[in-house]
Amino acid sequence: MTLAAGVAGSSPVLNIVIFLVFVAITLAIVVRVSRRAKGGASDFYTAGGGFTGQQNGIAISGDYLSAASFLGIAGAIALYGYDGFLYSIGFLVAWLVALLLVAELLRNTGRFTMGDVLAFRMRQRPVRAAAAVSTLVVSFFYLLAQMAGAGGLVALLLNVTSKAGQSLVIAVVGVIMIAYVLIGGMRGTTWVQIIKAALLIIGAAIMTFWVLAIYGFNFSALLGDAVAKGGEAGAKLLGPGAQYGKSGLTKLDFISLAIALVLGTAGLPHILMRFYTVPSAKEARRSVQWAIGLIGVFYLFTLVLGYGAGALVGPAAINAAPGKANSAAPLLAYALGGTVLLGLISAVAFATILAVVAGLTITASASFAHDIYANVIKKGAVDGKNEEVRVARLTAVVIGIVAILGGILANGQNIAFLVALAFAVAASANLPTILYSLFWKRFNTSGALWSIYGGLAITIVLIVFSPVVSGKKDAEGHLTASMIQGVDFHWFPLDNPGIVSIPLSFLLGYLGAVLSKDKADPALYAEMEVRALTGVNAVKSTVH
Amino acid sequence: MSTTDPSPPPEVRDWESVQSSPEFQDLRHRLRSFVFPVTGLFLAWYLLYVLLATYAPAFMSAKISGNITVGLIFGLLQFVSTFAITIWYVRFADRRLDPLATQLREELTDGEQK
Repeated sequence: MTLAAGVAGSSPVLNIVIFLVFVAITLAIVVRVSRRAKGGASDFYTAGGGFTGQQNGIAISGDYLSAASFLGIAGAIALYGYDGFLYSIGFLVAWLVALLLVAELLRNTGRFTMGDVLAFRMRQRPVRAAAAVSTLVVSFFYLLAQMAGAGGLVALLLNVTSKAGQSLVIAVVGVIMIAYVLIGGMRGTTWVQIIKAALLIIGAAIMTFWVLAIYGFNFSALLGDAVAKGGEAGAKLLGPGAQYGKSGLTKLDFISLAIALVLGTAGLPHILMRFYTVPSAKEARRSVQWAIGLIGVFYLFTLVLGYGAGALVGPAAINAAPGKANSAAPLLAYALGGTVLLGLISAVAFATILAVVAGLTITASASFAHDIYANVIKKGAVDGKNEEVRVARLTAVVIGIVAILGGILANGQNIAFLVALAFAVAASANLPTILYSLFWKRFNTSGALWSIYGGLAITIVLIVFSPVVSGKKDAEGHLTASMIQGVDFHWFPLDNPGIVSIPLSFLLGYLGAVLSKDKADPALYAEMEVRALTGVNAVKSTVH
Repeated sequence: MSTTDPSPPPEVRDWESVQSSPEFQDLRHRLRSFVFPVTGLFLAWYLLYVLLATYAPAFMSAKISGNITVGLIFGLLQFVSTFAITIWYVRFADRRLDPLATQLREELTDGEQK
C-alpha cells in the first residue's frame, strides 16, 4: 500500500516544475560561461585547462556519481543490504589507482583524449583509432545505463506509464543534454556537473541527517529496524551473501565484479578527460583528492539512505514500485518529506543523469573528432582550428541521437549492472594499455593494439555469451533477467567478465609487445617519462 | 642523439640524457618506490576484504555491538584506508616530488630560452 501512496504522493507537475527550474538555471549558466570561451579545440574539449583542482574535483564527483551510484546503490542496500555496500567500496577504492598511477602522468603527457597518451610513442594512426573505438564502446555502455535510468525514473516520478510517453521524456532529456554540450562545450558541461554535484551531495546529506535523526543518531537501531522490516530475508541484510552468496558461481561472479570495479575507474575515458581541464599535474592531484573526499562521503550517505529506505519504506514496497530497486531513494524521500522532498530529490536524480550524459557525450565526440577525424582521416592536417570543433559538435549530435534511441531500447534494464559492464570494458581494454604506456619501456604499437582490441573483443564476446544477454534463470536470483528473452545461447557462466578479461588483456598487451618485431623507441620513452614526471612542455592553461 | 640545435624546438631536446641524469633518476625512484608498493598494499587489502565477504560470510556477519557487524567495520575501514592513503600520498608528493620536479622543469625550460 505504501507503493500506491508513493506513486500517488508524487506530484508530477511539481516534479516537472522543479526539474525545469534546474534546466533553466543551468542553461543560463552554460550560456553565460560560454561567452567567455575563446573558441578552438582546446576550449571546446578542456575549457583551456582553466579549472582549479577544487572545481575539477567537484565536477569529477558530479561526473562519477551517476544515477547508478545514487539510485542503484541505495536500492541495492535497501534490498540486499550489505552486498549493495560492496559496490560503493569498489567504486571508491578504485580512485586510488587513478590518484597514484594515472592522473598526474596523464595530465602531463596528453592534451585532450586518452588517445593522446596511448599514441605518444606509438604509430599514431592505428593506436589513436583503437583508443577512439574503445572510448566509444565504453561511453556507449555507460550512456545506455544512464538513459535506461532516465526511463525508470520517468515511470516512477512523472506517472508516465506508457512506453511512448517514457520514450518522449528520454528524448527530451537527450535534447537538453545535446544543447548543453553544443552551447557550452567542456566549460558549460563542467559547470553543470559542479552544480549537480553540489545539489546531489547536499540532498543526500539532508536525507541522511533526517534518517539518522529519526533513530536518535543510533545507526545500530536503524539497522535493527531495517532487519525487522525485511521479514524472513531481513536477517541476511547485515552480512554479505544476500545477493551473491547463493552458489560457488555467484561468489566467483562477485569477485569478478569487484575486480572490474576497482580497476575500471582509471580507464573510464570521461573521467580521464577531466584531468585535462586543469592547468598542471599538481592541480590534477588536487582534483582527485577532492573527488575522493566527496565521493567517499557520498557513499557513506548512501549506506544510511539504503538501510533507511529498507527500514522506513520496506523491501516489499520497493520491490512493488515501478522502478524496483532504483526507486528506493525517491520512495525514502517521500516517506521523509512528502511530495516536496520527493520532487526535489527526483529533480536532482534527473539532473544527475543529464550531467553524466553530457560528460560522456563530450568525451565521445572529442575522441571521434580529435583521434579519428583529425589524426586518422586528416592525418593531423585539419584545415583551421575550428574544423575539428565543428566535427566534434556534429558528433555530439549523432551520439545524442544514438543515446536517445539506445535509452528507449534499454529502458527497464538494471542501471548499476550496465555500469558494471562499462567498468569491465574500461578495466580490460584501457587500463592495461595506459599502465604499460606510462611505465613499461618496451611497450610498443603492437602491444597497444593487442591489449585494446584484444581486451575489447574478449570482454564483449564474454558479455554477449553471458547469462546477462540470454538464458538467465529468473528463479536463480534477483539479478536482471536476460536482455533477450526466450532464447539461451550463453556458454560463459559469469555475469561480469572482469576476472577473465582483465588478466587476459594484461597478458595480451605483454605478448603483443614482446612478440612483435618492431622495437620501442627509447628516445620517445625518455621524452614521455621526463615530460610525465616533470611536467615540462605540458600543455599550459590558456586562462590566465 | 646528443646533437643540440642552438634553438631547439621542444621535440628535438635530448631527452635520454635528461632521463639518465641523477636528478631525474632520483625523482623517478622516489615516485616508483612510493606508488608501486602502496598500490600493491591497497589492492591486497581490498582483495582480502572481498574474499572475506565472499568466503567467510559467517565471520563478516558476526555482531560486535548491537547490530554493528564485523563486515560493516571492515567496510568502513576500507573508507578510512582510502582517505588515509590519499592524504599520505598528497603530502608525500607535495614535499618529496614537487620540489624536484619543479627544479628539473625549470632547468629544462631555461635551457630552451637561451
